[in-house]
Amino acid sequence: MATQASPLDTPRAASPGTAGMPVLHMVIFAGLLVLGLIAPYVLYPVFVMKVLCFALFACAFNLLLGFGGLLSFGHAAYFGGASYVSAHAAKIWGLSPELAILAGTGAAAVLGLAIGSLAIRRQGIYFAMVTLAFAQMVFFFSVQAPFTGGEDGIQSVPRGHLFGLISMAPDRNLYFFVLAVVSIGLLVIYRIIHSPFGQVLKGIRDNEPRMISLGYRTRRYKLAVFVLSAALAGTAGATKAIVFQLASLTDVYWTMSGEVVLMTLLGGMGTVFGPILGAAVIVTMQNYLATFGDWVTIGQGIIFVVAVMLFREGIVGVLARIIKRPL
Amino acid sequence: MFELLGIPPQALFGQLLLGLINGSFYALLSLGLAIIFGLLNIINFTHGAQYMMGAFVAWMLLNYAGVPYWGALFLVPVIVGATGVVLERVFISRLYHLDHLYGLLLTFGLALIITGIFRNQYGISGLPYAMPKQLTGGQNLGFMFLPNYRGWVVVVSVVVCLATWFVIEKTRLGAYLRAATENPTMVGAFGINVPRLITLTYGFGVGLAAFAGVLAAPIYSVNPNMGADVIIVVFAVVVIGGMGSILGSILTGFGLGLVEGLTRVFYPEGSAVVIFVIMAIVLLVKPAGLFGREV
Repeated sequence: MATQASPLDTPRAASPGTAGMPVLHMVIFAGLLVLGLIAPYVLYPVFVMKVLCFALFACAFNLLLGFGGLLSFGHAAYFGGASYVSAHAAKIWGLSPELAILAGTGAAAVLGLAIGSLAIRRQGIYFAMVTLAFAQMVFFFSVQAPFTGGEDGIQSVPRGHLFGLISMAPDRNLYFFVLAVVSIGLLVIYRIIHSPFGQVLKGIRDNEPRMISLGYRTRRYKLAVFVLSAALAGTAGATKAIVFQLASLTDVYWTMSGEVVLMTLLGGMGTVFGPILGAAVIVTMQNYLATFGDWVTIGQGIIFVVAVMLFREGIVGVLARIIKRPL
Repeated sequence: MFELLGIPPQALFGQLLLGLINGSFYALLSLGLAIIFGLLNIINFTHGAQYMMGAFVAWMLLNYAGVPYWGALFLVPVIVGATGVVLERVFISRLYHLDHLYGLLLTFGLALIITGIFRNQYGISGLPYAMPKQLTGGQNLGFMFLPNYRGWVVVVSVVVCLATWFVIEKTRLGAYLRAATENPTMVGAFGINVPRLITLTYGFGVGLAAFAGVLAAPIYSVNPNMGADVIIVVFAVVVIGGMGSILGSILTGFGLGLVEGLTRVFYPEGSAVVIFVIMAIVLLVKPAGLFGREV
């Protein structure tokens, strides 16, 4: 098998180098922030919070796939695993929401380190299969472990008080906290992508043998980005557990891993803003199709097929090609 | 009767037999995956859905057309294999020039569509499929009771696996196949229609999955979700065995089924994860898999 690391052959957004943020990106971030500030007054805040959590999840996943060239099919493990830890921390240990989310993030990072260090021993599709299999192991663990509540999950998780002071029970209060968490997460991802570390990653993605010959220890870079991606996916899952006051098996099941792949693919892998759009589209679709039962699954399958067959660059990827600027 | 480590032999052999049955399905499915991967260079994520389709088509043939089990055993692989040929022609064949991962994503999407359609149509409660009359009842072997149908499943799986191995390793067609795996361009230059070979190979791999589905129908209830969970275990089996060798996939499949059965006797809580634990160990010790070649 003469494959390289995973040179996904979509045209990528060229990187603007490591210097400051281009004006276009600043404008888009500012626009997104304004949208985020207005949204809870127009839409149902819990719905927008769900979109935000999935946007962070998809961007964390895209950090690994789009910039590291590693297709993990098991990101539900970190998303769902962190949601269990943060729900447990908030409910049983009585931690405040920010500490619960930190606990979830930390747990996801540890899990990512354990699974990542094994998974990076294989490449390409084997990597995808290994991550999927380990995620299924986490799922089985979650079914049986005493603290996860099995089929019931961890229910009625208290939203608590931010820093022990501000009540998070009203949706609006919680919303702005979630907006802050997700914004910080997205900026961290942006910073990673455009750091020297991110440049090396893109080098590994595009031609791993060359990066090895240039003296880079590519395994360390791959492991590092795996752990970062897992941790940030954990932040998203931990936040979701606080928002919905629930951690359940849905979040660790393989369908969740598939959903985040779909969001990233649809929005545009290897783009900065694509996964945010992809997450918004998919969550909205789930919301409106929820009453039609399994049509959600069928719809997702159709989007997968159409995206792979017709626009592998994703929506934002196509836009970026039209305006000839990286997005 | 003797006892092993406090386990009554009936329980031990019963679980070993169950393990062997699961192993039969792992072997048939991972064999199909390995054959498809060898030639198409894609991981067929639809495999689990096609296994499920096998069980459902057998059920439909029985209930809508009155075709009994024995007819289904031959018809179903052909029917489901034909749908595989269509999928390969319409979708998969357009992706060969791209990275392998797109094949994975595409077949994942197809699996979602197929599973969703069957769930919509038949719900998730599962449909019963009666065991063929000739294979009801069982044999008392002295140390355990062997239900005839289960014995049949193990025997026929071994036969089909070995026949597949024979065709691929010992016949002219198999030689073409192996040559096309190594160097499709060269084989094409010798006048062999490689695209057709690829299509038929995919159809055959899918047919194997459907065959496993028919075998499974009387044991498990016919359920739209039956493929999804087994396919992930089969992925782990494939990672453990490595996809380099046909015989390797077969041995790994049966072996891991047995290990799972043994775990269910001695440490039931671990039976769901034991294969994944073995996968972790294999990745640490021999990353290319037990029978794999380093890539």
